[in-house]
Amino acid sequence: MQWFLEASTTGHKLALMVVAILLFAAVMAAILFAVDRPKRVPNWVVAAGFLGPTILLLLVGLVYPALDTVRGSFFNRDGSTFVGLDNYVTVFTTDNFQTVLRNTVLWVVLVPLVTTSLGLLYAYLVDRTRFEALAKALVFLPMAISMVGAGVIWKFVYEYRPDQPGVRQIGLLNQLLVLVGVEPQQFLLNGPSNNVYLIVVMIWIQAGFAMTVLSAAIKAIPDDIVEAARLDGVSGVQMFRYVTVPSIRPALVVVLTTVAIVSLKAFDVVRTMTGGQFGTSVVANEFYTQSFRQFNVGLGAALAVLLFVLVIPIVAYNVRQLRLAEEIR
Amino acid sequence: MTTTTPVMSPVPTKERRLSRAERRAVAAKTKLTSPAASAIAIVIAVLWTVPTLGLLVTSFRPELDIRRSGWWTAFTDPQFTVDNYNEVLYGGTNFASLFVNSLVITLPAVIIPITLALLAAYAFAWVKFRGRNVLFVAVFALQVVPIQVTLIPLLTLYVDTGLNGSFWTIWLSHSIFALPLAVFLLHNFMKEIPASLVEAARMDGAGHVKIFFQVLLPLLTPAIAAFSVFQFLWVWNDLLVALTFAGGAPDVAPLTVRLAEMVGTRGSDWYLLAAGAFVSIVLPLAVFLGLQRYFVRGLLAGSVKG
Amino acid sequence: MGARMRRSPALVGGLGVALLLAGCGANETGGGGGGETQASDLTIDCAPYEEFGDLEGETVNVYTSITDPEDTPHIESYVPFEECTGVDVKYEGSREFEAQLVVRVQSGNAPDIAFIPQPGLLATLVATGAVVPAPEQVAANVDEYWDESWREYGSVDGEFYAAPLGANAKSFVWYSPSAFEEAGYEIPQTWEEMIDLSDQIAESGAKPWCAGIASGDATGWPATDWLEDVLLRTAGPEVYDQWVNHEIPFNDPQVVEALDTVGEILKNPDYVNGGLGEVQSIATTEFGDAGLPILDGSCWMHRQASFYQANWPEGTEVAEDGDVFAFPLPPIEGDAPPVLGGGEFTAAFNDDPATQAFQTYLSSPEWANIKAQVSGPGWVSANTGLEIDNLTSPIDQLAAELFQDPEAEFRFDGSDLMPGEVGAGAMWTELTNWIATNKPTQQVLTDVENAWPAS
Repeated sequence: MQWFLEASTTGHKLALMVVAILLFAAVMAAILFAVDRPKRVPNWVVAAGFLGPTILLLLVGLVYPALDTVRGSFFNRDGSTFVGLDNYVTVFTTDNFQTVLRNTVLWVVLVPLVTTSLGLLYAYLVDRTRFEALAKALVFLPMAISMVGAGVIWKFVYEYRPDQPGVRQIGLLNQLLVLVGVEPQQFLLNGPSNNVYLIVVMIWIQAGFAMTVLSAAIKAIPDDIVEAARLDGVSGVQMFRYVTVPSIRPALVVVLTTVAIVSLKAFDVVRTMTGGQFGTSVVANEFYTQSFRQFNVGLGAALAVLLFVLVIPIVAYNVRQLRLAEEIR
Repeated sequence: MTTTTPVMSPVPTKERRLSRAERRAVAAKTKLTSPAASAIAIVIAVLWTVPTLGLLVTSFRPELDIRRSGWWTAFTDPQFTVDNYNEVLYGGTNFASLFVNSLVITLPAVIIPITLALLAAYAFAWVKFRGRNVLFVAVFALQVVPIQVTLIPLLTLYVDTGLNGSFWTIWLSHSIFALPLAVFLLHNFMKEIPASLVEAARMDGAGHVKIFFQVLLPLLTPAIAAFSVFQFLWVWNDLLVALTFAGGAPDVAPLTVRLAEMVGTRGSDWYLLAAGAFVSIVLPLAVFLGLQRYFVRGLLAGSVKG
Repeated sequence: MGARMRRSPALVGGLGVALLLAGCGANETGGGGGGETQASDLTIDCAPYEEFGDLEGETVNVYTSITDPEDTPHIESYVPFEECTGVDVKYEGSREFEAQLVVRVQSGNAPDIAFIPQPGLLATLVATGAVVPAPEQVAANVDEYWDESWREYGSVDGEFYAAPLGANAKSFVWYSPSAFEEAGYEIPQTWEEMIDLSDQIAESGAKPWCAGIASGDATGWPATDWLEDVLLRTAGPEVYDQWVNHEIPFNDPQVVEALDTVGEILKNPDYVNGGLGEVQSIATTEFGDAGLPILDGSCWMHRQASFYQANWPEGTEVAEDGDVFAFPLPPIEGDAPPVLGGGEFTAAFNDDPATQAFQTYLSSPEWANIKAQVSGPGWVSANTGLEIDNLTSPIDQLAAELFQDPEAEFRFDGSDLMPGEVGAGAMWTELTNWIATNKPTQQVLTDVENAWPAS
């Protein structure tokens, strides 16, 4: 048993990794073997076999903590006393809460729309070109950088220094402004535009995700369709609009949804760049602050529940798309 | 422009495969060679690359220069040093060991959730059972649960079972956190496969397992490659899960834990951070480039029986 | 019985690390110049730890917020204890310490010992029931070697939990001795002189002060230090204590006066923000960068704690006649400047003998002296048993003198003592608004008062 828990040498660690993967493969093989009797086994047994492990992990790892969070939102800061809706009242009566909510909506709307559009456009433009691999790697690059790294990168874009002798700009944007003779700007200080500058960072990070998924979807469009359209003499723009976009519609929905949920939860960018000051906070940042800075577990839980609620429109949209897809099939 | 092609029916209208030469001809014709298109692509690429380039240049500059002048000044007044990298790589930590840890953490944490999600996505897409859609929506909606709310319940569970501080907790946690998105994404690609293919295989007497492995899996290669890249990245760059469940123990701690400490106790040693960011970016980028050859076209068209 | 001396393999490894790090750590910039002593040369009297029984082979896990490169001298300084007792001390530092510690404690995965930087966090942890009161040996050490106020900061509801460890003095103004000499400026001894000097510099066309309060999600904390430091001077230590304990409202007129006094510097467009922009730029300047304009002459004075010496870039000479140095923030009334400071506390999560023995070691003057000898500049303790000559940096020596001076009025950083909603929340946000949006003083303080938790 000890062998499985404590690995200190490189060889041991690698061996443990291989063992873990093999163990997993063996368990999955056993499950699949058990349900693979095409004629006699009812569908729900098959479904249970294919879905069982996933559902089990999700119940333990996400559903239970989520429910516990909902419960915690009705208790006080250390979870000892039931306080009813007090935490929610606190959330909604906080002075700057309207700003926080407005910012969150801004994030959840702008980030997915811009990210998906740019990712799609770029994936389409570089598709089948000679430099495709390189071009995609460049846009993908930001995804590979940690959030902390991204914070530093953008510090060197937005950083403000006054335009005076002996002082040199550190931020690229302000350097450009100075070059064209404009006063340097405090990008992160002045609202509400500072929210947009933070959102730009998130878009920069997420575009690689949109591009990669949409590129995979574009490549899954059967050549024959493309060719047929081409024989009809459609132009590049028409091809994009009438063939590519409709064909990858489901992938677009997936990317929009995913990026929207990621933006809803994201607080790293805000936290590292402004700390939520200057009217840039979002619900997720408030959740983090309450839970892990102020240790007000109840209030933090209420804010997390608010996140759950905010995802409902996104879920509803997906349910509708799912229905539409079913009807077509 | 006449009418558009009936795009919602993905079943190919042509039966023969295009020859290699023909495909190339087709590709060349549609390649967006218009200057406008190229210009847009180049602008996006430049916008996306310049900030990172700034960090790359920064990582080779001396500490004082970084704080006092912009990175672009390095082009007119070149002052470069590899000190930052020296300190990151040899600054008292066994870098190789951390690298091994990251690798040992990442591989299972990519393979396990993707396998599970593929199976789950198959069930959601191709096995009819009651409550399928409700369950699917529930699974994907779980994406919204912030990892932070799961830390205490999960760690408590691991402590109770004696697993804490081992690789198992990290593998397990990463797998759990990846599942909702993985199922959602792979389900989408799984569903796009023409029903006729699956039906045909059923007619031939293939069971679910056979259909899954022999018919669907090969067609999903690009999607699997794409998701693998992401999962690899997320796990590779993860700090929170490793910190919480590995407890920062040097035997288990990945690279990121060390890199995060490098910012200094008060978080202002950017010169080290810049170098550190590039050290940790190398492998994910290699993985992306390596997997790119699986992002291929035309698998679907080619597999349709005539 | 008798002192045991042993050389452990861990020692050799630790030394290797120390040698590797020497000369490249960020905190080894500046003057000091003192060669680091190696822990292997230092021995301690093992007798105090024998009463804890045979600890051979035991392990003590230490969890802290102190990371690279300041962690190395910590690890080094444990070697003599490890040699005495055979205990293996495992050190783990993390920048996510506060959040992680609470998660670990609540999940039943607490370390043996944690170094807690704020008494407020200590209270939160004590409330979970996980912290164990300090053993009598520790209490005895603290009573003997620390000012009694420190024992209070380590206590919750009258029960003593955590002994003080390191400390820092915040009431310093950084300046450039060489630049001062060249311009013929004198170090101000009173507040008035400091304002006169500021005017004089402003008239010469330069901005005398530079400041920055940005610090990621803790943005605003340097402003709280300013307010506290000035309140200590305008209203005195008693009022300060009442204010910290909320016996007078947060927006008491005396506090309004203090913040307005701060505003005479920080919100005076003639005074700030040297080399960094207008008043508003204080809100967005990273606190670590804020003093650097002193080096190129675009700023003259920067109020920041003793630990700021680690922020000067490599090659900067920190000395009374060097590139940069600091003078104590002068008093407004009286002669002795009050000292605002902070520090860490050693909290234990179990009462194992090895844990208690290690707690005892950390609270002893022997440890403080060994730590001083293996540390570079930027570390000091308020332990009165600390030999000031053991400190390598003149600023640290100055700070230690202030800590040991029975005349000096020492007060702990108030924002670390207040409830988290205020000290790590409203106070940060509101003081940031005070600068960023020029929110009126009265309203700022009233809004913080309103955030004070009921009961």
